[in-house]
Amino acid sequence: MPEKFDVIVVGAGPAGITAAYCLAREGLKVILIERGEQPGTKNVMGGVLYRQMLDEIIPGFWKQAPLERHVIDQQWWVLSEDSALKVGQRTAVHDREPYNAFTVLRAKFDRWYAAQAVKQGALLITETVVTRLLRDTSGRVIGVETDRPDGQLLANAVIVSEGANTLVLEASGLRARPRADTMAVAVKEVISLPREVIENRFQLQGDQGAVIEFFGDSTLGMVGNAFIYTNRESLSVGLGAMISDFQRRRVRPHELLERFKQHPVVAPLVAGGEPKEYMAHMIPEGGYEAMPPLYGDGFLVCGDAAGMVIAVHREGSNLAITSGRLAAETVVEAARAGDFSARRLAAYREKLQASYVLQDLRQYRHTTPVIEKIPQFLGVYPSLVNRALQEFLTVDGVPKKVKEKKILRMILKERPVTALIGDAWRAWRAFI
Amino acid sequence: MPQSQGIHAVVCIKQVPDATEVRIDPKTNTLIREGIPSIVNPYDLHAVEAAVQLRERFGGRVTVISMGPPQAAEALQKCIAQGADEAILLTDRAFAGADTLATSYVLAQAIHKLNQERPVDLVFTGKQAIDGDTAQVGPGIAARLGIPVLTYVCGIRSFSLEERNIVVERLLEEGREVVRARLPALLTVSKELNEPRYASLPSLIRAARYQVKIWTKDDIAADPNQIGLKGSPTVVGRIFSPPERQAGPRLAGPAPEVARKLVEQLRSRGIIAMGA
Ligand SMILES: Cc1cc2nc3c(=O)[nH]c(=O)nc-3n(C[C@H](O)[C@H](O)[C@H](O)COP(=O)(O)OP(=O)(O)OC[C@H]3O[C@@H](n4cnc5c(N)ncnc54)[C@H](O)[C@@H]3O)c2cc1C
Repeated sequence: MPEKFDVIVVGAGPAGITAAYCLAREGLKVILIERGEQPGTKNVMGGVLYRQMLDEIIPGFWKQAPLERHVIDQQWWVLSEDSALKVGQRTAVHDREPYNAFTVLRAKFDRWYAAQAVKQGALLITETVVTRLLRDTSGRVIGVETDRPDGQLLANAVIVSEGANTLVLEASGLRARPRADTMAVAVKEVISLPREVIENRFQLQGDQGAVIEFFGDSTLGMVGNAFIYTNRESLSVGLGAMISDFQRRRVRPHELLERFKQHPVVAPLVAGGEPKEYMAHMIPEGGYEAMPPLYGDGFLVCGDAAGMVIAVHREGSNLAITSGRLAAETVVEAARAGDFSARRLAAYREKLQASYVLQDLRQYRHTTPVIEKIPQFLGVYPSLVNRALQEFLTVDGVPKKVKEKKILRMILKERPVTALIGDAWRAWRAFI
Repeated sequence: MPQSQGIHAVVCIKQVPDATEVRIDPKTNTLIREGIPSIVNPYDLHAVEAAVQLRERFGGRVTVISMGPPQAAEALQKCIAQGADEAILLTDRAFAGADTLATSYVLAQAIHKLNQERPVDLVFTGKQAIDGDTAQVGPGIAARLGIPVLTYVCGIRSFSLEERNIVVERLLEEGREVVRARLPALLTVSKELNEPRYASLPSLIRAARYQVKIWTKDDIAADPNQIGLKGSPTVVGRIFSPPERQAGPRLAGPAPEVARKLVEQLRSRGIIAMGA
């Protein structure tokens, strides 16, 4: 007879670790199953971790957790083939405790976070793959099966937090394989550089950090973006775009990354660095419309597995953490009532709706589809604005009046007035 | 009757940095250990497997022990997942800086103590640790305990608790050697001995719940002069990365041409001969 737990959590990413932490803290018998050698070894996130959500769970976590740098400088660079239009902010407000966001290396961070869940009493099992959910004849989820000998376990509730690649949900008949136009693939390198070099190059002091997001030429105009984040002694450099775009354009992600690193304005930022790690991962970017069922009899779904990513704000880990916490709260209430039916677990959806998680996901539900349908957003405009600026900034004896006309002609040649207005309107709709 | 109690096997294991990731700091010539994942010395996993297999046949107990820093408890826990019954970590500031002599002393003292609790039939170690490659600790323990030592064991032909002997195959450069020894004996094992199992889920859960026992220098009545730096006469003169070897000559071009050049060169150096 397999051992029975109150709750089984599938996958030790931010969502699963949070759920296990909160459940164990309430005294429930929890097992957290991770397929990687350690939590975090399979994770690829850039990444920027926002403080607020985790601070609610472990107050002051940022004083002990292995974080890289606190972010004081955020920039967005719009790239053409040879230039960059830069927008950004550096703020002293984010340089003050308790800080707004941190860069992290997930291998270190997840391991630390999982250890906190273990301290609360959660049982962590690594190097074990959950292969499917066990369901009784009525369809209720009653446990999991793993790839280990004697590998079944039973539970009152299973929290599925397996990340973007939802093999467990699919194998259990709870969702279909996601479509290629709802999935992005991202590649990332960790490039090591001496601390002083990073601090000079990005004008940082101590543990201050900078992050840059790149649009346009960095992904050949495909829907997606590239990024450079500063760690203590390395840079996280990567990019991602929709799988369907990669298929259509017949480019490989790692080739695109190599090309990006050689871009004339990017190359100096990464010069002299030694690549230490290379990783690839999927990001669910289908948004609100592509989400699987969030709960059912005996189970709940959190984080990336539930499609909780807001790509334009590079938010994912925070949604994962909040959804993990709300799933745990729901299960604690269900345990008190002794009822793990879908009707009872529906409280999870209500909690998500009352929080920023589903509200933000709803608000941005058009963003990716709209950007996808209007290729000029990331294809035409980045090079157009850069050419216009270049023209404007080049001092060559041509009178300004003539120059302005020339720029206008250049723009209108690419996009007629009506198209410009239409694009602006759709862009507005996409984000608001 | 000792038979009904089965075997008592003690396995000595070591936590080592994952060799595939180790680098040497060119400035200080020491191993860069920071950030490198730790694993159970791979040979030791074969030793645990051998002991667990014997226990499965004869009943009894497998105790794993290790001398190391507190985080070595992780490695011992892994051995519990692989099927060991008990795990003891020998950890004490006074043990720090031990060479193979001091290490074998501490482990032998611990085995001595275990032997008083319940007579030990077999002691296992891996054939060597991949971080130091000395292969001295196993034989060192056997010498201190005054028991036979069988190194490079690649097979166990027979084992008898009644007759109190074991017959093993040893892997030598020139072939295999079959030897018999009386019990208790110490075996250092090579990878050919067995295939460590893919642990079952119940074992993993047991390991995750298992609290490794801690023994300090006082628990094993250690002589202060034989432990740690004091008990370690070894002096490391210098550590260095061997100079990188030059790459050999390269032949480039279309395949038939490259093949022709290669044959020519091999022939001109007398490496191959060709008939008319
Ligand atoms: C390149 C890149 C950059 C990103 N940058 C950011 C950023 O800057 N900020 C941000 O907030 N978010 C970012 N994200 C998104 C963020 O990584 C995710 O939203 C977040 O990790 C989701 O957490 P999760 O716990 O749901 O899933 P994951 O972190 O993916 O964790 C899932 C875990 O489950 C394990 N698992 C999967 N299947 C099984 C199974 N069958 N059995 C056992 N274990 C299993 C996995 O090994 C993994 O450890 C980025 C993502 C990528 C790919």
